Amino acid sequence: MRITHDAVAGTLESGDVLVRVAPDETLGVSVSTSVEAQYGDVVRKVVATTLAEFGVESGSVIVEDKGALDCTLRARVQAAVARGTDEQIDWPALIGRLP
Amino acid sequence: MTSSYGVLSAGNAGFDPATVQFSKYSDSALIPDRSVLFVPGSSAGMLSTAWIYGADLYTFDLEDAVAVREKDSARLLVANALHSPQWRGLRVAVRVNGMDTPFFADDLEAVVRAGAAIIRLPMTHDSHMIEELDRRITAIERACGREVGSTQITAAIESAAGVVKAREIAEASQRMVGLALAGFDYLMDMHAERSRGGTELFYARCAVLHAARASGIACQDVVWGNIGDEEGFVAEAEMVKQLGFDGKSLINPRQIPLLHRVYAPTESELRFARKVVAAAEEAEERGLGVIAVDGKMVDGPIVAIARRTIAYAAGHGAAR
Repeated sequence: MRITHDAVAGTLESGDVLVRVAPDETLGVSVSTSVEAQYGDVVRKVVATTLAEFGVESGSVIVEDKGALDCTLRARVQAAVARGTDEQIDWPALIGRLP
Repeated sequence: MTSSYGVLSAGNAGFDPATVQFSKYSDSALIPDRSVLFVPGSSAGMLSTAWIYGADLYTFDLEDAVAVREKDSARLLVANALHSPQWRGLRVAVRVNGMDTPFFADDLEAVVRAGAAIIRLPMTHDSHMIEELDRRITAIERACGREVGSTQITAAIESAAGVVKAREIAEASQRMVGLALAGFDYLMDMHAERSRGGTELFYARCAVLHAARASGIACQDVVWGNIGDEEGFVAEAEMVKQLGFDGKSLINPRQIPLLHRVYAPTESELRFARKVVAAAEEAEERGLGVIAVDGKMVDGPIVAIARRTIAYAAGHGAAR
C-alpha cells in the first residue's frame, strides 16, 4: 500500500497524537513523544506494527505524540493512512487484528 | 421480552414469597443505570480517562458530538478504545449515527465487531427501524462469531412520532433494553421551547416511561444542558426520579455525583427497607402469606422496592 496524498489525523491535545502522512518513494517514519523516556520504544513499536498491519510500503509518516494510549496511537495511524490512501477500512480484518 | 426488573415484575403479581427470593436475582438486575454519560467519540483524552468518573453506563458518541469531517477518525478511536484494557470487560454503549446517514453502516460494523454492549439508535421514530437494526446486528454478529443476540439496543426517542409509537419501539426486538427520551430534537419537532421546569416535556416523559415500564425495559430522561445550573439539574433529577425514570443521560461528569445523590436512599428509607426484607424472609421461612412492618401490611411490590432500595445502597454507595 502506498500513501497517495497528504493527510492528517489526531490532535496535539494531551492524551492524543497527531499523525501526518505524505507520499514518498520509500517508507520513512519519524516519531516524537512527550513520554520518550518512559514509553518511546513502545510508541515506535505500536506505530510500526500498525503501519505493517495496513501493509504500508512507502510514504512519509510523522508522529507527534502527546501521551496517547496505545489504542489512540493505533486509531490515529489507521485514520491517517486510510485518509492518505483513500482505502476503505476492512473492518473484519482491522478488528480481528486488535490486541 | 427480557426484563431488567425481574424482582419488580415478580412482586407485582401479588405477594408470593417464592417469587421474590433474594437468591433468584443478582444485585445488578435490581440496579438500573442511573447515570448514562456521553463520551465524545472524537476525544482521545475523554476516551482514555472517562472510566474513572464512576458513571453507571458510558455511551461513546459517534453522532452529535462528532464533526462530520471527523466521523471516520472517531469511529476508529471508538473501535480501538472498546478493545483497550481501560474499557475491556466494562459494559459500554455506543451511540451510532442515524440510520439515514452515510455513516451508519460503518459505525455499526465497527462497534458491533469491537464488542459494544449496547447500540443506542438516535432518532427512532418507529418499530421498523428497530427491526432493521436487529437484522443488521444479527448479520454482523454471525459474520464475526459474536453470540447472536448479545448486542443490546437502546432506542432514543426524539420526535413526536417516536413518543406516540414508543410502546411498539420498545417491543420491536428482544435486544431492546431501554428507551431514552432526547429533548432537543423532540422539542424542535413539537415547536416547543425548553424551560427550566420542563412542563413542555411532561407528556413525552410520561408516555415514554409508560412504554418502557409496560415492556419491562429501562428508561432514561433527557440531558440537562446548562452545566452551570446545578440547582436546576438536581431539581429536574428529583422530579424524574419521582416520575419513575431510572436515571438521566448526562453530558458532563460533574453531574454524576449530583445524580447519584438524588437516587441514593435516605437512612430512614434504608432502615425501613431492611426491616421489610427481614420480615419477608422470616415470613417465607415460616410459610406465612401476609406480613406487617411497623403496623402496616406489606405486600409483594413493597418487598420488591425494599430489595431494590438495599441494592441501591449496596451497589451505589452509602445512603444519604
